[in-house]
Amino acid sequence: MIEVLFFAQLREQMGHDKLALQNAFADLGALRQYLMAQHREWQSYLAPDNSLAAVNQCLVDDSHPLHAGDEVAFFPPVTGG
Amino acid sequence: MHHTLPSDFISVRETNFSQAEEYLQLCAGNQQDGAVVSFVGLVRDFNQHSQVQGLTLEHYPAMTEKSLREIVAEVRHLWSVGRVRLIHRVGSLQAGEQIVFVGVTSQHRGQAFQACEFIMDQLKTRAPFWKKERDNTGEHWVQAKQQDQQKAQHWYHQKHPHHIR
Repeated sequence: MIEVLFFAQLREQMGHDKLALQNAFADLGALRQYLMAQHREWQSYLAPDNSLAAVNQCLVDDSHPLHAGDEVAFFPPVTGG
Repeated sequence: MHHTLPSDFISVRETNFSQAEEYLQLCAGNQQDGAVVSFVGLVRDFNQHSQVQGLTLEHYPAMTEKSLREIVAEVRHLWSVGRVRLIHRVGSLQAGEQIVFVGVTSQHRGQAFQACEFIMDQLKTRAPFWKKERDNTGEHWVQAKQQDQQKAQHWYHQKHPHHIR
């Protein structure tokens, strides 16, 4: 299982703060493509230009491999400080 | 040189902080460092939308402190700094309230100035915080600025940042 978390504006747009997926994905890009194909709106919300992603709490790019038990998070560019 | 690695103080919390108290913590019993640089960030009452009454800071609790520790570890790799104290508040804040504190000590001022600015530049682009501002028309997510991204990246285009005083 892979747990997927959403934060801030992306959480509100997606209408979910988390999803639990049973599927296996080779890498973050494959998971992103899978999610983008689920709903028409998700296509743009989750596009790499509009969101950042972390695997196990580290910022990574789409080539990062995924394994069962990973915690994946998608969120907008950060605005702290 | 700093012979023992001082512990870094990193805190993510709802409660406020006192700059005076943080300054004392940076200085107490620390006679090897001749420079203390600190930065405090406040909630502005005017931003991307008109009259801002306050904001809510959301974060990713499992990742926040980890990302701040990575930034501070990178600082120690790039500069010779003594103590580092970093506080970031989350939750609901009013205009004028303090959001963030960064304090750095070093033997000479150049290292502390640069390390302090580096921490803020990286925090603004890598640490998982998001601001939602409140004004009289409702709530609005603050959008990230391209210039913050450029500012954070420019450090990596300097060949030897620790040689610049």
